[in-house]
Amino acid sequence: MKKILCAILAVVLVFALAACGSANTTSDKANTADVDVKVGLICLHDENSTYDNNFIQALKEVQKDLGLKDDQVLIKTNVDESDACYNAAAELVDAGCDIIFADSFGHESFMIQAAKEFPEVQFCHATGTKSQTEGLKNYHNAFAAIYEGRFLAGVAAGMKLNEMIETGKITADKAVIGYVGAFDYAEVVSGMTSFFLGARYICPSATMKVTYTNSWFDIAKEKESALNLINSGCVLISQHADSEGAPKACEEKGVPNVAYNISTIPMGPNTALISSKIDWSVYFKLAINAVIEGKEIPTDYCGTMKEGAVKLTELNEKAAAAGTQAKIDEIKAKLENGEIKVFDTKTFTVGGKELTSYTADVVDEGDFKPETEAIENGQFAESSKRSAPYFDIKYIDGISAL
Amino acid sequence: MAVNEKHIKEPLFHITKRTDIPKLTAWGIRLIAVLAALIVSALVIVTITSYNPIEVYIKMFEGSFGSERKFFILLQNTAMLLCVSLAVTPAFKMKFWNLGAEGQVLVGGLSSAACMFYAKDSLPSWLLIIIMLVTSILSGVIWGVLPAVFKAIWRTNESLFTLMMNYVAMQLVSFFIMVWVPNGSSVMGVLNQRSECGWLPTIFGQKYALNIIIVAVLTVVMFVYLHFSKQGYEISVVGESENTARYVGINVKKVIIRTMVISGAICGLTGFLLVSGTNHTVSKELAGGMGFTAIMVSWLAKFEPSMMIFTSMFIVFLQKGAGEIATAFRLNESVSDILTGIIIFFIIGSEFFINYKINMRSKHKEAE
Repeated sequence: MKKILCAILAVVLVFALAACGSANTTSDKANTADVDVKVGLICLHDENSTYDNNFIQALKEVQKDLGLKDDQVLIKTNVDESDACYNAAAELVDAGCDIIFADSFGHESFMIQAAKEFPEVQFCHATGTKSQTEGLKNYHNAFAAIYEGRFLAGVAAGMKLNEMIETGKITADKAVIGYVGAFDYAEVVSGMTSFFLGARYICPSATMKVTYTNSWFDIAKEKESALNLINSGCVLISQHADSEGAPKACEEKGVPNVAYNISTIPMGPNTALISSKIDWSVYFKLAINAVIEGKEIPTDYCGTMKEGAVKLTELNEKAAAAGTQAKIDEIKAKLENGEIKVFDTKTFTVGGKELTSYTADVVDEGDFKPETEAIENGQFAESSKRSAPYFDIKYIDGISAL
Repeated sequence: MAVNEKHIKEPLFHITKRTDIPKLTAWGIRLIAVLAALIVSALVIVTITSYNPIEVYIKMFEGSFGSERKFFILLQNTAMLLCVSLAVTPAFKMKFWNLGAEGQVLVGGLSSAACMFYAKDSLPSWLLIIIMLVTSILSGVIWGVLPAVFKAIWRTNESLFTLMMNYVAMQLVSFFIMVWVPNGSSVMGVLNQRSECGWLPTIFGQKYALNIIIVAVLTVVMFVYLHFSKQGYEISVVGESENTARYVGINVKKVIIRTMVISGAICGLTGFLLVSGTNHTVSKELAGGMGFTAIMVSWLAKFEPSMMIFTSMFIVFLQKGAGEIATAFRLNESVSDILTGIIIFFIIGSEFFINYKINMRSKHKEAE
């Protein structure tokens, strides 16, 4: 009898606690909204991936700014680049979403499939390449001129290298940067090259070694790759992969690190210098407002640094070289007024020669054949013909594979 | 006398095996396990999220039954998981630990994708589908039979062998995607998106209908095969004792190889269904861990195809529910994974109470 009584009491306790819980949730959703719009976001991973987290935080920020309720902004995480993405999109349409974003390159085909089926809903795909060739009114691509941010992050790296040379920690010829890339895909190649050009702008003797993990998110592999680079003589590491593997390896080894997507200062208080990132809230706001006002969303949108779509996170004064912030501000101004161009053909050579002509694969018809001249006015015109990067020259002189 | 008896120390409880538990009691125990799991989960929900657990459970339910679309996704995912589970079951019944279903599905899918990639729309769709089906099944068979031959002839360890074949399959997929997609993005994209050549047709207005029907038929066939065929009987004899099998004149090597041909073929078929009938593309994540989840499905159902319908659906239900909770309450999916873990833990744990009886120390002696 006693046992039964105990069991009943336990159950009652559970439901009592449950009741307390429900009281909390209602007060959470108190921020009111009159805007009649419902937004969906499809993410490949969840907040544990720096890449996806950057999207999620940006959308939450926009939600706050526009005064939307939690049930007006639906986020689906861990959605594979498969039929699951189409289903996620279709479920979001069923839930009443007017506009749906997806964050991963591999989601594109499935977003297009959904866009064809639901013409009344807007589909916006980040990093994709097909909106210009598909010709769908409700399918859009977006990216940002992240190469500008990478260049500035490179400036911080260059300052650090110079400091190491000045203090006699390394000689000028030992200023080797290590770069952990995900795939040898244009987006990664463009990012690493602009980063390197930024670093070399400040530290002319800098060179760079690259290695790939063949995965966008693999903590162990990214860490291992960073350690390999460090062991082979790299004195500063940067990466284009989505986990915390490389920054953590750097903190363990005391090697400075320049990151991407989020500030890595919490995981590398002594070694994280700065991060470049795309602030997706700019695009989110633009697209969502377009839906609210019944305007058209650009077919292929490329955010710029001026608009605030490309940003640098807070500089870690503890780890960075003295005067870094001032230098970044100076170069940023010059980038904005056009005095400095990131891919100025006078600043780099390929196979010992200056680049005068280069055909890039800009129009994505699934044929992987380059067709567009990308050198214009003495620079590689990155992201001007299509938002997703197409600088895929492997490699400019100074960069080599590990 | 009574003094003497007090010196014999009886343990607080002891465990005895029970063999003849009535079915109803067994199901009662399972039901109690689920309820207990829900109560513990509720405690977890309240302590770490402060949401109302009942609301959470409703959302979880809606993840699979909230709309017609969700219900069909539930059926589709169940069909795929069930298909892999049906594949591993005959091997498991034979005590051949096929941990390589993941790889066998992958090579099946890869073969289908290869056919679509090279044929494009040069063949009529029905012909391409037949070619895809045959090549997928064949490659699944190759991946399954290799470890079986080595086991049958040289007594190699099949768990390790099949497990390692998974990695070979994954690397093959990576390799071919690299060859097919020269821009380095490692994303295959949907094949024949415009012509839909090699796509399984939509029937009854449901694109998954054909997948579901094929797997339903296969379930019946597997049930009959295991229970009413000579080969099915041979499998269980080999599983019980190889020596007995040999004694009654069963060719054990032949049974091992034959069973793994079947196992590999069904995995290959799953790969085909995943590419031709579902994703129309291939990636390393095509099997998505189903090769391993299938092991749990098969064990929970005690290798019984009819029960596997429920166990596979239950696991997919939990997965779908987890995703729904994550979206509805903005929880990290890890939270929902914890809940899934608790529920599965209790269900597996309940099997202990079905197979064993706990005898508490009797109190009447002290009362004397």
